[in-house]
Amino acid sequence: MKSVIAKHLIKTYRNGEVKALDDLSLDVEEGTVLSVLGPNGAGKTTTVRILATLLSPDSGNATVGGIDVVKNPEKVREIIGLSGQYAAVDETLTGWDNLVMFSRLYHLGKQASINRTNELLERFSLTESARRPIKTYSGGMRRRLDLAASLIVRPKVLFLDEPTTGLDPRGRQEMWGVIEELVKDGVTLLLTTQYLEEADQLADEIAVIDHGKVIARGTSDVLKKQVGGERLEVVVESAHIKTTMDIVAKVSGDKVSLDEALRQISAPVSTGATALIEVLRALDVAGIHPLDVGLKRPSLDDVFMSLTGHVAEEIVAAPEAGKKKGRK
Amino acid sequence: MKNAISDALVITKRQLLQLARVPEVLIFSTIQPVMFVLLFRYVFGGSISTGQPGGYVQLLMPGIFVQTVAFTLAATASGLAEDMGKGLIDRFRSLPISRSALVVGRTLGDSLLNIVVLAVMGIAGYVVGWRPTSGLPKVLLAFLFLLLFGYALSWTGIFAGLSARDARVVQNMSFMITFPLTFLSNAFAPTTGMPRALQYFAEWNPVSTMVAACRELFGVENQFGATAGSFPSENPLAMSLIYMVLIMAIFVPLSVRKYKNSSK
Ligand SMILES: Nc1ncnc2c1ncn2[C@@H]1O[C@H](COP(=O)(O)OP(=O)(O)OP(=O)(O)O)[C@@H](O)[C@H]1O
Ligand SMILES: [Mg+2]
Repeated sequence: MKSVIAKHLIKTYRNGEVKALDDLSLDVEEGTVLSVLGPNGAGKTTTVRILATLLSPDSGNATVGGIDVVKNPEKVREIIGLSGQYAAVDETLTGWDNLVMFSRLYHLGKQASINRTNELLERFSLTESARRPIKTYSGGMRRRLDLAASLIVRPKVLFLDEPTTGLDPRGRQEMWGVIEELVKDGVTLLLTTQYLEEADQLADEIAVIDHGKVIARGTSDVLKKQVGGERLEVVVESAHIKTTMDIVAKVSGDKVSLDEALRQISAPVSTGATALIEVLRALDVAGIHPLDVGLKRPSLDDVFMSLTGHVAEEIVAAPEAGKKKGRK
Repeated sequence: MKNAISDALVITKRQLLQLARVPEVLIFSTIQPVMFVLLFRYVFGGSISTGQPGGYVQLLMPGIFVQTVAFTLAATASGLAEDMGKGLIDRFRSLPISRSALVVGRTLGDSLLNIVVLAVMGIAGYVVGWRPTSGLPKVLLAFLFLLLFGYALSWTGIFAGLSARDARVVQNMSFMITFPLTFLSNAFAPTTGMPRALQYFAEWNPVSTMVAACRELFGVENQFGATAGSFPSENPLAMSLIYMVLIMAIFVPLSVRKYKNSSK
């Protein structure tokens, strides 16, 4: 079952001058994570705001949990949680005040509100700062509180708009942990991000968007395949370049390329680690010691490059947050 | 419906909590009108001869009360505009609450603030010689009237707050409306000294009818110039009520609709 379906969404601003969404369609299978990946201005926030009933599309339609977001926004609001791009909490109030207030607005009773607030504060490690005004919170704490506020009634579908933008590597790592736990609990998640690494880490499926359109979608593996499989890369001393190229060519059976400045020889391989071992054996027999050798899978940067034909300049390389933990 | 009211009250409570967290706001919003009482009482009080038993302060206090509640417009407008400018409004909007809760809650909160401010001003007035002579029930009625007027005006503030893009703009805009209205009135000086055309404007000005209504309720005699005998001069209470109903009838539906559409 699809929890989120968007069909042919179009949204323009300034009387059609700015096309924020240009026939965008996507869907999210229940209980899975879809990451909407795109550079600044691609239309991520616009998509999320339409699905969360904050904005109406000019045309097209969308359902969340089977409910139409334009015709039945009240019903949709009962089953979704939203954490927007900028933390949406009352800065003057304390973390505790905020969560109790939002719990009350979700129509939890007085005691239930207090209990839920304490639970969430505990879960997001905010208990100690609960009595401080949000103004004094760090970016990461603010983000966590904002996420907590969107989880008060355990939403079926959760929308997170760039949940880790502006966080330091540790904050990002923590946020990823929290999100992974939510997913384990079975929530359906639509998450936007500019970080390729984040999409790779968290999502079951990725939709790459640019200029208001989905330009590619699939699992991260499928997207990478679209760009081509793995490449074998070897760096050797200048003197050995010629011999090494012959060896690599034999194993790869494909076109070998050379980066002279780096003294790096590379070629596509289909057999992965086996090819790597073959090359290393042959080099050993020839008495060549490689300076560096490895298999490189295409990064999502490469994906973006081959899909759009231009480098996603705006795409910020994720800082050294969480070297691939490999989820599940 | 039950939820709509309790949702609005949660929003009102939020505003009270904000006041508790930043008490300076409450302190300054009471100090300012008290300062006005003192300034007018001692700076102008000496030079405006009134022939009023009890002196200028008897005429002045109703004027300052009305002026103070009239500024609710600015307070409501800038408070709401500030909320609208932040991501917070998105959260409120994505909650399963009645869409009027946020605006209704704020008008209630601003009225509660008015109660505190009026009480402090009443005490300050008493200290500098203000003595209503009409008895407690009428005095209380006058305060109720003032609160209602403030409440009605806060709906214009809601509309202004939703219409503008920036809290500072709204603040200035509201002052540009309320300042002339309070000074082109009988609030601080009798209208008899104004040019004739202005006297008519001043007499129909809702601020004037409110001030005249309060004076009547406090047991002070109103003075009229060119407009003596006109409907607002003869029936300031009725006229003020009409104004309040009119303001609400126009701005409540307008504001609620504006709020619903403001994200489209
Ligand atoms: N209120 C608005 N008025 C005019 N243009 C807008 C408005 N909101 C968004 N846009 C435009 O619509 C396009 C998509 O914006 P959107 O906010 O959805 O992008 P985004 O992918 O979320 O970008 P970012 O990564 O910067 O958050 C942008 O070109 C933006 O300038
Ligand atoms: Mg955005």
